[in-house]
Amino acid sequence: MREKLEELLAKARGEIAGIDDGKDLESWRIRYLGRKSELTNILRGLATLSLEERKAVGARANEVKTLLAEVLQQKTEELKRESAQQSLRVDDALLARGDVTLPGRPYPVGRLHLITQTINEMCEIFASMGFQVVEGPEVEWDYYNFAALNFPEEHPSRNDYSTFWVDWKSPNPKGPILLRAHTTSVSARVIESMEPPIRVVEPGKCYRYEAIDATHGEVFYQLDGLAVDKGITMADLKGTLYEFARRYFGEDRRVRFRCDFFPFVEPGVEMAIECIICHGEGCQLCRGEGWLEILGAGMTHPEVLRRGGIDPDVYTSFAFGIGIERMPMLRYGVDDLRLFYGNDLRFLKQF
Amino acid sequence: MKISLNWIKQYVDTDLPPKEVARRLTMAGSEVKGVQVIGEGWEGIVVGRITAVNPHPNADRLTLVTINLGSSEETVVCGAPNVAVDAMVAYAPVGARLINPHTGGQETLKSAKIRGVVSNGMACSEKELGISDDHTGILILPEGFEVGRLLADCLGDVIFNMDVTPNRPDCLSIIGLAREVAALTGGTVHLPDASYEETDELIDNHISIEIEAPDLCPRYCASLIKGISIGESPRWMQERLISYGMRPINNIVDITNFVMLEYGQPLHAFDYEKLAGRKIIVRRAGEGEEIVSLDGVERVLGSNMLVIADAERAVAVAGVMGGANSEVTEETTTILLESASFNPRSIHYTGRTLDMPSEACMRFERGISPELTMPAIKRATQLMAEFGGGQVVRGIVDVYPGRVEPQPVAVTTGEVKRVLGVEFSREQIEGTLTLLGFECRPGSSESEVVATTPYWRSDINIPVDLVEEVARIIGYDEIPTTMLSDPIPRQTTEPIIGLKRKLGESLTGYGFYEIISDPLVNLEILNRLYPESHSPASSPLRLANPMTIMHEYLRPNLRICVLTAMVNNRHAEGPVRLYELGKVYLPRPDDLPDEVEMLCGMLGGPRSEMSWQAKTDKAVSFDFFDAKGIVEGLLTRLGVNARYEPSTDETLHPVKQAAILVGGRQIGVVGELHPAVTEAFDIPDPVYLFEISLPELLPFTHEYRLFQQIPRFPSMLRDIALVVDAGTAYQKVVDIIEGFPLVTQVSLFDVYSGDQVPPGKKSLACRITYQLPDHTLTDEEVNKVEQQILGKLSRELGATLRS
Ligand SMILES: [Zn+2]
Repeated sequence: MREKLEELLAKARGEIAGIDDGKDLESWRIRYLGRKSELTNILRGLATLSLEERKAVGARANEVKTLLAEVLQQKTEELKRESAQQSLRVDDALLARGDVTLPGRPYPVGRLHLITQTINEMCEIFASMGFQVVEGPEVEWDYYNFAALNFPEEHPSRNDYSTFWVDWKSPNPKGPILLRAHTTSVSARVIESMEPPIRVVEPGKCYRYEAIDATHGEVFYQLDGLAVDKGITMADLKGTLYEFARRYFGEDRRVRFRCDFFPFVEPGVEMAIECIICHGEGCQLCRGEGWLEILGAGMTHPEVLRRGGIDPDVYTSFAFGIGIERMPMLRYGVDDLRLFYGNDLRFLKQF
Repeated sequence: MKISLNWIKQYVDTDLPPKEVARRLTMAGSEVKGVQVIGEGWEGIVVGRITAVNPHPNADRLTLVTINLGSSEETVVCGAPNVAVDAMVAYAPVGARLINPHTGGQETLKSAKIRGVVSNGMACSEKELGISDDHTGILILPEGFEVGRLLADCLGDVIFNMDVTPNRPDCLSIIGLAREVAALTGGTVHLPDASYEETDELIDNHISIEIEAPDLCPRYCASLIKGISIGESPRWMQERLISYGMRPINNIVDITNFVMLEYGQPLHAFDYEKLAGRKIIVRRAGEGEEIVSLDGVERVLGSNMLVIADAERAVAVAGVMGGANSEVTEETTTILLESASFNPRSIHYTGRTLDMPSEACMRFERGISPELTMPAIKRATQLMAEFGGGQVVRGIVDVYPGRVEPQPVAVTTGEVKRVLGVEFSREQIEGTLTLLGFECRPGSSESEVVATTPYWRSDINIPVDLVEEVARIIGYDEIPTTMLSDPIPRQTTEPIIGLKRKLGESLTGYGFYEIISDPLVNLEILNRLYPESHSPASSPLRLANPMTIMHEYLRPNLRICVLTAMVNNRHAEGPVRLYELGKVYLPRPDDLPDEVEMLCGMLGGPRSEMSWQAKTDKAVSFDFFDAKGIVEGLLTRLGVNARYEPSTDETLHPVKQAAILVGGRQIGVVGELHPAVTEAFDIPDPVYLFEISLPELLPFTHEYRLFQQIPRFPSMLRDIALVVDAGTAYQKVVDIIEGFPLVTQVSLFDVYSGDQVPPGKKSLACRITYQLPDHTLTDEEVNKVEQQILGKLSRELGATLRS
């Protein structure tokens, strides 16, 4: 019996030394330590032995079992180490596929449209100054596009707002129906429907009856802004727009405010930023002026507030309107408006 | 509008550099968009008088021209045909910079020996000076320039390219701009002397004027000049017109144009002999009344247009264009000169309706003061007497039914501060307004200024108009820059804006590119989406005045735009995934259309970019389940449970499409485009679409949802393979299984038909997750439920377990 045990131990030790993979090791384990292994048989056969022998063989058998378990443990760890080592090495056969300069598995990349990105960025800047985003209809009553904004009928101030008319009849006195020529129409609605204090920005599509070329489109985007409260001044307007220009175009960007005319504001303002190419020296982009006009603004005309039901003797208000395409055009040098709505992936993938 | 700075300086003195004048005008509202300097680089070029012209000894076509330059004389070789003794010319010495007429480039003039004779400088052509393209001869200067003076001092000018805002008709004139310059520089304006001699005859004996429509014509003035001889206008006047971009015609027409530019008041000259009955009647046109305008076109008028008529017929469309029947011609000897004021809205309407934009129309429609008619007619009458050789009949007829006394406007220092946010003193306000020609007097309080508006300003009506005047003259730079300091108003974000953002985030993460399209579409292309009915169910909104028929209708769906973008990108390599979030416009009776925010996405091409790891030679294409998977992903992200049912969208493949149902309502559709549609759009490969209505989806999305405990007890997974009729919808299987307690999830991991499955049947392999929140499930518990599930599937769907 004892010899058998020693023989078994030697044989098991000899076999395990030659094992180099997990599968062989598992069959070794079953052979020597499994439920049907020789060692188990020996342990079961103890009952037939004398008490003396049983004690001696039993003790040795358990020692052998422990020894084999230790060997197994060692071998298992050895194999684990080796396999870890193996996984870090480049096998010759796999050299080609192991080239780390090969491209990775492609994951799809998508992007928001440049206009959406711009609107989001602008809205975030204004949101940080307390302006909330509102939207309004694109197909609009003539009233909100013009009369509510102090555009007299048959007046050349309408000339710059050449309008698409919709072929749809309505008895509504606010008609006829048109495609809004500016998002300022949303301001007219806000003045009518909201109570001061008001701080809103209104991004959206606008339409003008204009031949399409590199700088004109029948569709374009605008973002209007409106603040109404007691004690709002033109100084606040300057501060708000200055903050916007610095945040969008850069901290040290100089700005210029000059007098301009829009029927819905008085005084009227046009804001320009220092040319992004020449920094005021004068170049082709800024036509030698050193300044780039980026938006129109002003103190909301008392008549516009009054028509919307807000008392201009109590409240003051400022308004501004920004052409959205011009922002990324200046920032990224996009030189043709048509690229924005041509939906060419070669354009869309750039931003 | 091109404005000569020299001309402005004729009425206001200023030594400021032209760029500074331009800057001040721009800052104060009249934008100078460009400054062109004429005479830039004319260093050394001076005025000379030709004293002798001698033949060149060695060349027939050349002459030797001696030019007196005041302190010296030079002889140059000249090839021009128009040299003559006593002519005034521009002399360029050696070293001057001139334009080479052949290359157009600037060159320095060198001393040259021409056919053996040294030429000491040269006499210049207009082209060499950069004035014009004329190189047929040398420039002959008008008399009056001092010999030896720098040419730049005589002919040099600065041209402002100006944009005047529509509220400032007064700035559409040289004098108006001179007034602005005066206010901005502290100068004063000198108006031209407009006095002239008159004959003893009274004008009233020659013409009678009647205004039948005083609402459209508040004032009509006329003068009469006899003995006119039509000829050229003086060269200085022609130059002024040319500087503005107008073509000189004859002395009479040029004078009316010149005074219009000078004063801003359009004038019209009639041939008096052609006026029937010695009468002018200002009246509305008859409906359908016809007149041949000066440009020879027959115009049909309407009853809301104003005409100038004689005793018999219309002789001009008031304020817009004269009639051919009363035109001034070579034979004209007596002029009836009109200076009138017309209703701006009427003029705008007429000019727009007849499509006759003109310089006169542009000024009238902006609203010119009736007070301007008198100074302008006096000035023009004077010029006609002087340069038309005429005698002025005594008096000016002045019919003025629309006289309005100017209403003073009051403003307080408090109001100025309330609007601008900065305090200006009463003296500052009064001083600024006075510079602009306002007459100011103290008001009812210490802080009030009462200002009477000068007649040329039609844009001042309310106190805030005065605030703007003060601000723009003192300068917007003087207004401080502050941040809004009041509490931020209450914010309520429109939920649909948040939904759009979330959808955009998910879709870009899935590899989609957002597109934005022109919502104006073509009907014929739109109809291609409907291979059976050939038109949409209800007609889309049409524009009354489309730019082109390609952009005539407002899109009634978003897929037309996304599909157009797919067409535009059909040559792109790799997968194409596009989506648009935008409105569609659905007509509503008597009302604005319903603008519905939609999401539409499309995908086509291979599922993945080419990669060395995939067998991409035959890249796997997208299929229906890609589109559906995206919809499921989007809705899961939003916490929305949707069901899918077969649907009948005409644009989609009849069997590869499903309605997306949420809460029993259809919110959208997903499917493959009908092959007839892709063919009609010339796309070779299948395209998959999903479309969701945002207003339908929005109510089912949640601002936030409550936390769910993470299960503390393990789940148990069981796989079953069911055999059902091939036509049985998987959804029915899921509905049955999910109806049992303990079941928390059902996942499908294989669908199979073919060998080992009977014909007409399919095998669905599902993994069912069982779980309870309060204890670990035992095999017995799960076995029991599984048996019940199999029983129900068998009873209701005839399902069997696959052996
Ligand atoms: Zn520049």
